[in-house]
Amino acid sequence: MAGAATSNRQRSKIAPYLMILPALAYLGIFFVVPFFSLARTSLSSSGGSVYLPTLTFSWDFGNYLDAFSHFRDQIIRSFSYALVATLVCLLLAFPLAYVIAFKAGRYKNLILGLVILPFFVTFLIRTIAWKTILADDGWVVSALNAIGLLPSEGRLLSTSWAVIGGLIYNWIIFMILPLYVSLEKIDPRLLEASKDLYSTAPRSFRKVILPLSMPGVLAGSMLVFIPASGDFINADYLGSTQTTMIGNVIQKQFLVVKDYPAAAALSLVLMAIILVGVLLYTRALGTEDLV
Amino acid sequence: MTSQGLPAVIEAVEAPRTPKTVRGGRKWGDVLLRIVAGLVLLYLFVPIFVIILFSFNHPAGKFNYSWQGFTLDNWAHPFKYPALTEALKLSLNVAAVSTAIALVLGTLVAIALVRQRFRGSKAVDTFLVLPLTAPEVVMGAALLTLFLDFNWAAGYTTIVVAHIAFEISFIAMTVRARMRGFDWTLEDASMDLGASPTRTFFKVTLPLIVPGIVAAAMLSFALSLDDFIITYFVSGSTVTYPLYVNAAVKAAVPPQINVLATAILVISLVLLGVGTLYRRKRIEA
Repeated sequence: MAGAATSNRQRSKIAPYLMILPALAYLGIFFVVPFFSLARTSLSSSGGSVYLPTLTFSWDFGNYLDAFSHFRDQIIRSFSYALVATLVCLLLAFPLAYVIAFKAGRYKNLILGLVILPFFVTFLIRTIAWKTILADDGWVVSALNAIGLLPSEGRLLSTSWAVIGGLIYNWIIFMILPLYVSLEKIDPRLLEASKDLYSTAPRSFRKVILPLSMPGVLAGSMLVFIPASGDFINADYLGSTQTTMIGNVIQKQFLVVKDYPAAAALSLVLMAIILVGVLLYTRALGTEDLV
Repeated sequence: MTSQGLPAVIEAVEAPRTPKTVRGGRKWGDVLLRIVAGLVLLYLFVPIFVIILFSFNHPAGKFNYSWQGFTLDNWAHPFKYPALTEALKLSLNVAAVSTAIALVLGTLVAIALVRQRFRGSKAVDTFLVLPLTAPEVVMGAALLTLFLDFNWAAGYTTIVVAHIAFEISFIAMTVRARMRGFDWTLEDASMDLGASPTRTFFKVTLPLIVPGIVAAAMLSFALSLDDFIITYFVSGSTVTYPLYVNAAVKAAVPPQINVLATAILVISLVLLGVGTLYRRKRIEA
């Protein structure tokens, strides 16, 4: 009996490593190694034809300079669209998350379910639906024309606002839910205490709710900003050639033009800017735990 | 849905609900707040209404973008376009195969992280989050360069391989979230009563973690079915359901796309309902 117990304990020393090994090996090969491939490609120079591109590794840092100089507009546009989308998501999501956390009572589960429900429809099909809604002959455009908010030849589709609107719609759920989680954790007695101490409602909001919801603001902002800055579907479906983002360029360079080094360099630039942004943002908000 | 956000969805759904009513400050402010929240909720549903409505549309041209007239034809012939049906079948296949493999790998990691203390578990934790922080377009691009480097022909296999890569982290994190807070002394009790470790695993541990595994599997399946960006990079000429939809936007959008999207929505709703009822029953029992 004692012998069995000891051998069991000895086995359990290597057991966890055996359990994590397959997954880590898989992610090593298909997540870490691909980034080396990407880096190597970004430093190669391309030759050959479009049909048979050949790559030679040559420490060609020029690809990075080219990425910046050729696609500066798209880089700036991606991050400004993503930034605006993140801010609007925050403004729209806060009231809803607040009501779910504090005012929904027994309807809390129902409303949470409703928030998640639209995301069971394929992302692309939801974006196509926005194409219908914002169409030139759609009722939204006619309504805006009628009340004079949009000039008679004005359009919604193919504008920056349509693209930003699509980004907002597609990622707002990832702002609502983390915000809700952090608001849900707030002890309602804190609010009552601040009220008993004669704080006004706006002051309670600023001094109690806002600081305590910061983890949600942080998580939500990153969950919106990261995918939005790399997206190319919204710009493709709802925008025009004037609204292309980095994602569109990466996609086109890789799959249509087949200029692999330029596309790889641009992907790594996108990744690096996001990492720096996330780092600065977490520093500024003063919290270390990301997820 | 994108893989980055899914842990947030899990956390929100799993968060313990404390019933609380907070008295509003001024009445008007409270009413205004509720109205804004209601409008935001409504906004989330606008495209969904449009998708369902246009599944009954009788489009005049190739594109199902403007309302022409009501018809039940599309619902009577949901599988009218073989290419669409084939693409959907392929996506279901990819989702099932990749989820099955990722489920084994991800669950093993989750169990090791929750149940075992070992050196480096913190590092493993951090490492698992990484795939969820890379934008999908970068992950797709990175995988494409890997397959190019090794001369792997893009197609079914590369799609499955890529899907497993983004599913593992997500499954590990979901299962782990579900396993926290369980009463693990039950395992010791089982061993003290003379059950072998193997027997304990099958009779005690597994039944405890199965609901978490099922939830992770369903979400991973949905994630795979919906993935467009990563698949787009590694698919070659193979066409999955989202890829078919994307090609349709450029050429012709049949209303059957809306019919199948609505059907998938209804099926997910039913599964969700059944799952909730099942959980409630278990809690009551």
